[in-house]
Amino acid sequence: MSTRVARGALWVVFGLFFLFPLYAMADFSTRNLLQGGRSMAAWANLVTDEALYQSIITSLLLAVLTVVVMLILLVPTMIWVRLRTPWAKGVVEFLCLLPLTIPALVVVVGLKNVYLWVTYFFGESALTLTFVYVVVVLPFSYRSIDAALSAIDLGTLSEAARSLGAGWATTIARVVVPNIWSGVLSAAFISVAVVLGEYTIASLSGYQTLPIQIVALGKTDGPTSVAASLATLLFGFVLLLVLSLVTRRRRHA
Amino acid sequence: MSTTGGGVAVELTDLTRTYGSVKALDGLNLKMEPGEFIALLGPSGCGKTTALRILAGLDKATSGTVTVDGKDLTSVPANKRDMGMVFQAYSLFPHLTASENVQFGLKMRGSAKSERASRAAEMLELVGLSEHTHKYASEMSGGQQQRVALARALAIRPRVLLLDEPLSALDAKVRTQLRDEIRRVQLEVGTTTLFVTHDQEEALAVADRVGVMSKGRLEQLAPPAEVYANPATPFVAEFVGLNNQVPADVSDGSAVVLGSRLSTLAGSIASGSGTAMVRPESVTVTADESGAATVRSVAFLGAISRVYVELADGAVVYAQLSSSQARKFAPGQRVAVGVAPSDVLVVPAAR
Repeated sequence: MSTRVARGALWVVFGLFFLFPLYAMADFSTRNLLQGGRSMAAWANLVTDEALYQSIITSLLLAVLTVVVMLILLVPTMIWVRLRTPWAKGVVEFLCLLPLTIPALVVVVGLKNVYLWVTYFFGESALTLTFVYVVVVLPFSYRSIDAALSAIDLGTLSEAARSLGAGWATTIARVVVPNIWSGVLSAAFISVAVVLGEYTIASLSGYQTLPIQIVALGKTDGPTSVAASLATLLFGFVLLLVLSLVTRRRRHA
Repeated sequence: MSTTGGGVAVELTDLTRTYGSVKALDGLNLKMEPGEFIALLGPSGCGKTTALRILAGLDKATSGTVTVDGKDLTSVPANKRDMGMVFQAYSLFPHLTASENVQFGLKMRGSAKSERASRAAEMLELVGLSEHTHKYASEMSGGQQQRVALARALAIRPRVLLLDEPLSALDAKVRTQLRDEIRRVQLEVGTTTLFVTHDQEEALAVADRVGVMSKGRLEQLAPPAEVYANPATPFVAEFVGLNNQVPADVSDGSAVVLGSRLSTLAGSIASGSGTAMVRPESVTVTADESGAATVRSVAFLGAISRVYVELADGAVVYAQLSSSQARKFAPGQRVAVGVAPSDVLVVPAAR
């Protein structure tokens, strides 16, 4: 009984700790600073302020593109390395974790020359940040996919699939991915969170993503900036919630 | 039940497989008759699993050919070989139910949904799991999982059924049960089957012919009773339970072993002194105050016991007796040791 009380108390304490800032943000962003009372003007700005709205769209597109490119690049590579070239595992792991150790400033300076070519081929779009972001999210994605792959008997499952007539692509899509689904999902969601929060690289490269806009707005229009931040946070929470729900359903399926 | 995939002939010719400097297979030749059940038996590292994996297409031979039903499959990938395989490790797809697992191979072959479902039901009934079609691997016991794996392998009407130590992860009782079940199902569907195991009892119990392997080569390929009674080489003799090595004198096609004169098996030395391979259950022990041997220890194994006896020359042999007989012996006791009349393999003494 006492453990139940202690557990309840902990829930309340941590709940307050996490929710209070959110409540404060919600309160501030709905306050009418001039006349008093409540106003949804700041929240309306999220869609009516053209620059802010565009930056939200840009950031969401960046998040989606980053996740897609990252998964297409990483999942088959990691499966292949584990099955066929286990000796290369160390190298791949090192390469994937490397971005963590390189400061964003160095990345930007280093990429200047590469981006001359990127913009030459793809045009001067903020979406070209996808390439940098895929590199930036590699360490996080690698970790969660690697953990999921370690949890299954990849060798036996893929051999079973192949002996039953499945080619490599089918084996990966129908057998391996469904069984590392939770790892793939968490890699995707962590990547989304990283992309939506990335400031340094976007700012130094001069692109208008959501974090850049939030900071710029913060100087002139506090409530709108806070509303945008809160929206980003809530979006992240919803993603995590979806993640836990989906993985739980799979386990009990 | 129309489950027959039809037996086909399988031939492995001069298979060699080297890993670096290690020779896993060293010129293996194996011919399987249509519908035959062959067990490859040998210690770990003898190449039996490598042979099976090369037949499955999961490993590549360094040289040699694989022929199934007269066709050379050596360079055909695993997914195009039409072979059903049951693995040592649990291999059911965790995200699919038993029935969906069984249907997987049929789906790869593009069969219609209704046909897949009825085939899966038929196969699960064949392995006695009709009640469990909607269960996931995590909800089944090890034995049940291996049954589903067997059903899944057979569902595609494979040309050859490959069993890679499918019983070794199971406990003793389930192992015997499933072993007999595998044989029953195999006889029912008539698929040519290669079964790899390190357990001689398993191999002798189910196979039409047993192939005993050592160091990448086939030492003997013969029906179980023959492998047991007439081991072709000392290795086979030792591996199938002839593990007492007793000094023997050979002359005129017979040998004197522990005081008895026995006929020698083919492959024995022609004359002179050598080492006889004697099965523990052929060794007799009688209480005898003036006996030349001494009981060293008695190991109780349930229905049977093993009595370890030190001979006059210091060599130790052991006898397998029923426990009621073995109770009469105690360590230190003087006994006389003999050997029951049976043909015996005598090999050169220097081993």
